[in-house]
Amino acid sequence: MKQLIQDIFVAVSLVFGFTSLVLLIADAPVLDAFKNIWLGSFASTMKFSQVLTVWVPLVLCSCGLLFTFRANLWNIGIEGQIIMGAIGGMAVLRMPGLENPALILSLSFVAAILGGGAWGLLAGLLKTRGGVHEIFGGLGLNFVAQGFILWLIFGPWKRPGIASMSGTELLPLKLWLSSPPGWRVAYAGLAIAITALILTWLFLYKSKLGLKLKAIGKNPRAAVLYDISPEGYYLLSIIIGGAFAGMAGFMQITAVYHRLIPAISSGYGYLALLLVMLAGYRIVPIPFLALFFAGLNVGSIQLPIVLQVDSTLSGVIQGCCVLSALFVLGMRQRRKQS
Amino acid sequence: MDVEFQHISKRFGSVQALSDVSLTAKQGTIHGLIGENGAGKSTLMKILTGYQAKSGGDILINGEKIALKTPDDAAQIGIGMLYQEPMDFPHLTVLENFSLGCPVLSRERFAASLKHLAFAFGFQLAPKRRVELLTVGERQQIELLRLIHCETSVLILDEPTTGISPAQKALLFPALKKLATEGMTILLVSHKLEEVASLCDEVTVLRHGNVTHHTYAPFRFPELLEAMFGAVPEQKEKPVARATGNAVLTMNNIQAGGERQGLELKNFSAKSGEIIGLAGLDGAGQATFLRLAAGLTIPEQGDMQLFSTKLPTSKKASRIAGKLQTVFLPADRLEEALFTDISLSEHFSLRDPKSSFWQKTETNRQRAAEAIKTFSIKGQYDDTADNLSGGNQQRLLLALLDPQSKLILLENPTRGLDIRSGQWVWEYLTQTLSPEACIIFSSPELDEILHYSDRILVFYDGDIVLNSLTAETDHGSVAAAMTGMRS
Repeated sequence: MKQLIQDIFVAVSLVFGFTSLVLLIADAPVLDAFKNIWLGSFASTMKFSQVLTVWVPLVLCSCGLLFTFRANLWNIGIEGQIIMGAIGGMAVLRMPGLENPALILSLSFVAAILGGGAWGLLAGLLKTRGGVHEIFGGLGLNFVAQGFILWLIFGPWKRPGIASMSGTELLPLKLWLSSPPGWRVAYAGLAIAITALILTWLFLYKSKLGLKLKAIGKNPRAAVLYDISPEGYYLLSIIIGGAFAGMAGFMQITAVYHRLIPAISSGYGYLALLLVMLAGYRIVPIPFLALFFAGLNVGSIQLPIVLQVDSTLSGVIQGCCVLSALFVLGMRQRRKQS
Repeated sequence: MDVEFQHISKRFGSVQALSDVSLTAKQGTIHGLIGENGAGKSTLMKILTGYQAKSGGDILINGEKIALKTPDDAAQIGIGMLYQEPMDFPHLTVLENFSLGCPVLSRERFAASLKHLAFAFGFQLAPKRRVELLTVGERQQIELLRLIHCETSVLILDEPTTGISPAQKALLFPALKKLATEGMTILLVSHKLEEVASLCDEVTVLRHGNVTHHTYAPFRFPELLEAMFGAVPEQKEKPVARATGNAVLTMNNIQAGGERQGLELKNFSAKSGEIIGLAGLDGAGQATFLRLAAGLTIPEQGDMQLFSTKLPTSKKASRIAGKLQTVFLPADRLEEALFTDISLSEHFSLRDPKSSFWQKTETNRQRAAEAIKTFSIKGQYDDTADNLSGGNQQRLLLALLDPQSKLILLENPTRGLDIRSGQWVWEYLTQTLSPEACIIFSSPELDEILHYSDRILVFYDGDIVLNSLTAETDHGSVAAAMTGMRS
């Protein structure tokens, strides 16, 4: 216990120390910067609700990544899976002939899951059938997905008259997920994220599937002797991971941007990778860390206006968090060994 | 240079790898160092080359005590080793490999030396060829020439004939003899007795970390074999022979990759009720044989039948073998059969053949708790498998084994177990499990094989060189077959 407190202390000091150093180099007031991030994210319900709009996709992506990490897979392809989820969802939303908004949104949700899942399956097949490591396969598929979304925005789905980086035409209001009055975050988003957390917990910790994924992650050679096929479960875990990423894509188009934009993933996939590592691949810290990361993200938006500091500072802080967490974990590992 | 080991001992944790080993390799001689796997040969050589520190004793070169802290120290003195697997840089050329590790000369000087040395030993080596395109034997030739060029005066060879062709062997042996007559001290580590006999002037035998024998040429094989494998054990009471039945496993014209030489075998069949012991030195083909039978290794050629069902040559083979109640317990339990960070009760959940959505924690805890009692496993149901000792890991594997299994494949079933636990394992296998099960096991302990099996297969360099009922063979013939001597 004493060791744990010491570890946390070391990690937190590293984060603040390094971030302060960066601020000093950038000639910015250190304390004001931290204060502004705090004010920009948690000072009002409006701001806090904005933080939650980031929290939802981060939680969804993290849940997906927990499945792949459990099987010891590095699902770098999660960014592409978010994009393909968004595209799948958007394809349904643009479909003519359907009238009932609830039905359209439900179908769109399913299509987003299928889109993300299929993109995950592709990375999985590249690994199990083609022997392509999931990191390289995923990275390649991210580029393909990025190219595909640009093609759609500038080609078949462009705004009438002009194609623009700002994305496709806004969706009709009836296809926006509704949110509480004065809030930015959608009811449905919160419900989906919380359900995702509960389901992930049940599957990973209570079901046999979770145990089998863990077994494969720990020792695929031994798994064969227990009649567990590593290939099959690799595919399953990456499909589940992709499906969660697809849900995040769905939230981005129906609750945040209300259209398809080139940067629809907002980099949340990569951010979730860091987050899950920081959480030590466990589910309990995920909602809290996601809130912290989301706060940093939203809070740093006003830094350029107030302090003339670039908003990428949040990126620096996030990077520092992960590096210091990995550092402390590494130290702990070495202590254990010696 | 004379190399003298005085009272060398080496401990790894609680394991005594070498105790009080003394021997002298004289200048101008070839000194053989023989013993079975794990006898301590490699450890002794690693101490001489500075890779490992000794726990006690002294090393003397020409009567002077020396300290060997790093491989570089050893190289400075002129101690060089030719490893079993070539230790070279495959992407570099022959000449580049030859030039490494020596004082830097011009490229031309190196080229000239290489040409001169290769000619002197009758080796055909193209200086510009990339080493990865060469055979193991040729790579060994480069390494040998490099060591000679670096003025090595003590040459250690570790199983030098593994993986080289007979023609290359025919070049290597005279080269070594020539080097010895020119004043080099050569230490030859081997378990191939015929080679040792044809090359060495003196032989020291190690067994369980002790020197058990030292003798000069000409050698008497029975004497060496006894020193290597121990005295012929007195007849212990043999377990009662078991009734045999139908064919369980048949193999025809199998060719498979794996280990050093792969495995080739004409035909083989095992019947229910039989206990078959697989003898052979490490890597001779037993491991491949067991994995073939378990469907884990897919043969390149030939066909296999388990209980009259043909095994497919695809990844499905292991599943089908499992469905036919074939189980495999590998020697490296934590590497191949158990999961780190996963608890005992979770292992039972994974093993449960009935599919269910939930893990059924309570049921499996009960199962684990029962197994802990029945199999006397020292541990709790929520301990992870990697926290168990080797013996308890083996007990856990036996507890996880389906008692209805019909073909039980065991790789070194008593590895890491004390004598008591080892006997307990055999009691469980032969008395608790059904007597109709066919048991095939490999073991480095010849006594274990002779005592428990009804039939013995001896593997040597990827072939089965002896297939005999235990009653019709003896300690001497099996030991001889293991070391490649034709009877």
